[in-house]
Amino acid sequence: MPRLTVDDLKKIKEQHREKLALKEGGSRVKVTVHMGTCGIAAGAKKVMDALLDEIGKAGAKDIIVATSGCAGLCSKEPMATVEVLNAAPVKYVYLNEEKMRKIFAEHVQKGQVVGECALVAGSETAY
Amino acid sequence: MDTFRTSVMVCGGTGCVAGGTLKIKKALDEELRRKGLEKEINVLLTGCLGFCAQGPVIAVHPDEIFYQRLTAEDIPVIVEDHFVKGRPVERLVCKEPAREQTVPLMKDIPFYNLQVLRALRNKGMIDAENIDEYIARDGYQAAAKALTEMTSAQIVDEMKRSGLRGRGGAGFPTGLKWEFCAKVKDDQKYILCNGDEGDPGAFMDRSIMEADPHVVLEGMLIGAKAIGASKGYIYVRAEYPLAVHRLQLAIDQAKEYGLLGENILGTGFNLDIEIYQGAGAFVCGEETALMRSLEGKRGMPRPRPPFPAVKGLWDKPTVLNNVETYANIPPIILNGADWYRSLGTEKSSGTKVFALSGAISNIGLIEVPMGIPLRKIIYEIGGGVPNKRKFKAVQLGGPSGGCIPEHLLDTPVTYEDIMQTGAIVGSGGMVVMNDLNCMVSVAKFFLEFTAEESCGKCPPCRIGTTVMLDILTNITEGRGKAGDIELLQDMAQDIISTSLCGLGQTAPNPVLTTIRYFRDEYESHINEGWCRTGVCKDLCTFYIDEEKCKACGACKRVCPQDAVSGEKKVPHRIDQARCIQCRSCYEVCKFDSVKIGPRSMRELLKGLPGQDALRDRQIRTLAGKEE
Ligand SMILES: Cc1cc2nc3c(=O)[nH]c(=O)nc-3n(C[C@H](O)[C@H](O)[C@H](O)COP(=O)(O)O)c2cc1C
Ligand code: SF4
Ligand code: SF4
Ligand code: SF4
Ligand code: FES
Ligand code: FES
Repeated sequence: MPRLTVDDLKKIKEQHREKLALKEGGSRVKVTVHMGTCGIAAGAKKVMDALLDEIGKAGAKDIIVATSGCAGLCSKEPMATVEVLNAAPVKYVYLNEEKMRKIFAEHVQKGQVVGECALVAGSETAY
Repeated sequence: MDTFRTSVMVCGGTGCVAGGTLKIKKALDEELRRKGLEKEINVLLTGCLGFCAQGPVIAVHPDEIFYQRLTAEDIPVIVEDHFVKGRPVERLVCKEPAREQTVPLMKDIPFYNLQVLRALRNKGMIDAENIDEYIARDGYQAAAKALTEMTSAQIVDEMKRSGLRGRGGAGFPTGLKWEFCAKVKDDQKYILCNGDEGDPGAFMDRSIMEADPHVVLEGMLIGAKAIGASKGYIYVRAEYPLAVHRLQLAIDQAKEYGLLGENILGTGFNLDIEIYQGAGAFVCGEETALMRSLEGKRGMPRPRPPFPAVKGLWDKPTVLNNVETYANIPPIILNGADWYRSLGTEKSSGTKVFALSGAISNIGLIEVPMGIPLRKIIYEIGGGVPNKRKFKAVQLGGPSGGCIPEHLLDTPVTYEDIMQTGAIVGSGGMVVMNDLNCMVSVAKFFLEFTAEESCGKCPPCRIGTTVMLDILTNITEGRGKAGDIELLQDMAQDIISTSLCGLGQTAPNPVLTTIRYFRDEYESHINEGWCRTGVCKDLCTFYIDEEKCKACGACKRVCPQDAVSGEKKVPHRIDQARCIQCRSCYEVCKFDSVKIGPRSMRELLKGLPGQDALRDRQIRTLAGKEE
């Protein structure tokens, strides 16, 4: 959709928010793997592969998988954020393939936070 | 102080802010004023309340009622029913607090609850390679506003009122810089972005370019409109391939959407942006050198005036700003200067990003309101110094900055206050040092860097830094002489006052601040031949206090030289002929039994036989000095 006008910009904003919003009957979970330089160096790619593998095996269709940059805590990478419909996002730290598989089975599939890998719940302050 | 009967906490977490927190806060303030309740009910922004999925959320205290999924239209009802009549609005109350049982909330963890993300507001939130995600979080709305609703003068005015100061190091007011350039008449002007980030230990700009590349483009677009530029360059170091890749993708996508190129958003405004990959010389981050380098010439600073705002790239009026500076601009245009000033201090407004590293538990990228004391950053956000070691100093501003000691940790982080300590806020590198750091070696490390990076144009910088480095090397290798400290201080003043560019003008800072605060370390190196931290290998002797030794064997296992002897229940001992002063034994001993003595002790220990009582006494006499 080349050459936007100001109105198009607003439309894209609404459409995309809609697309990314978790809802009943739509996407139920969003998993973001943080892939800044330090995340990648710490092994974020393997974590991502494990996640995609689990999703493939489970045939799950209601999960948004996203990559994003630095999560701010380089000493605790690899990190991922799991957001389940109607719950606050949870940040996981020091991940590896095995932990990601466990998080998939328990948090993503059943909504139960994996306490031993979770650092914090909620969103960062940004006003 | 006013006493309020009720406080309303408006959630300022990213989840709620995306849903319209600021509009709700505004509506609340207005409605309360209309009803004359502003003295009774206090409205505050707060960190995430843990109901992000139900956002925007507000919490009312002391009633402990949470309202969810609010819009500005709900506010009059809440004010009337709840605050006037005392009846909570049931239909808006949060029913099921979807709390995570075991996991703490961000507001309960200092690493998160002391931070406010403005420049980093999209950190970890969006896919950097998808422009739609940036747009979904209000991306390019500020540019649209600047291009369609604001004149150049209005943009400049908003920037000036915001008080934003350049985040690249010097802290020059951005609005003022733009105003100078806007006033110059020329048919060609340039807008540049400094993504050189040469400061060792800094990665703020890399992280922004990688995680949120469009914010840089949008900031430049607003700047271009303000000064009337039609061409822009982003200067990025070639060592940042992921940043270059994502910026290029962002430029391509923005072009495709008509957000760069010609007739942007149908407004008739044109701007092209290109990436230029720098070869990584530190001096190329200096503005005039960066411009020469962009022209394809050797990156060397030139005298100012003429200032780049008048004669910059190819002698055309040019504005150069730092990556983080640009990241602050879209929200200022969108939310206004007063919003920006709501954090920080009078002269240092807003927030600053820091890269925390070194001897600190939480290594990472943080953004804090300016004015926060260093102590809070280090002990609360950073989680303090790990491994039971002691804090010694925090280094701010990299090779241009200085080391701030423990007793000044209550200094608020503002441009003025940090300058008072002899350091600078700088671009945001913050390296914490513990008691294992030798401050003379730290000063030497930074000076090695600047001496190496000096472009060589002015003799005081080129020769002066080398001579100072030689003196420091002598001191750390045991050839220090009386008078060296004074000589270093004298030379430093000369270099500062006679160098052409910021590199030379600031290069002595690490030396001056370490002399100012850790003079005793210099003196003990020079006068006693003793580096008490055991960093300078020629100035220390590792030995074991045999009365304290618990014979645990840890030092023996870790020694790469097999220099430690001893068995169970027998105090261990170091063979000086074998020891290479690697300090491993010292760091590993849990009982504080490995000691570091002066250089002179080594010979003394070498010749003497076994468990000789005389030797032990000598050790203790020498060690007594250490306590
Ligand atoms: C030796 C030297 C190196 C510099 N390196 C950088 C750098 O890597 N990044 C940066 O933004 N500014 C750097 N600066 C500061 C720039 O000269 C300039 O002040 C800055 O980019 C202006 O942008 P700002 O006002 O937004 O901070 C450096 C200055 C000197 C003297
Ligand atoms: S002060 Fe140093 S880096 Fe700057 S121009 Fe002079 S020689 Fe070059
Ligand atoms: S580590 Fe310390 S206590 Fe253990 S044997 Fe070595 S000196 Fe003795
Ligand atoms: S300083 Fe290193 S080489 Fe010397 S005794 Fe200790 S561990 Fe061994
Ligand atoms: S880049 Fe990963 S936390 Fe900083
Ligand atoms: S962001 Fe508002 S409740 Fe979490």
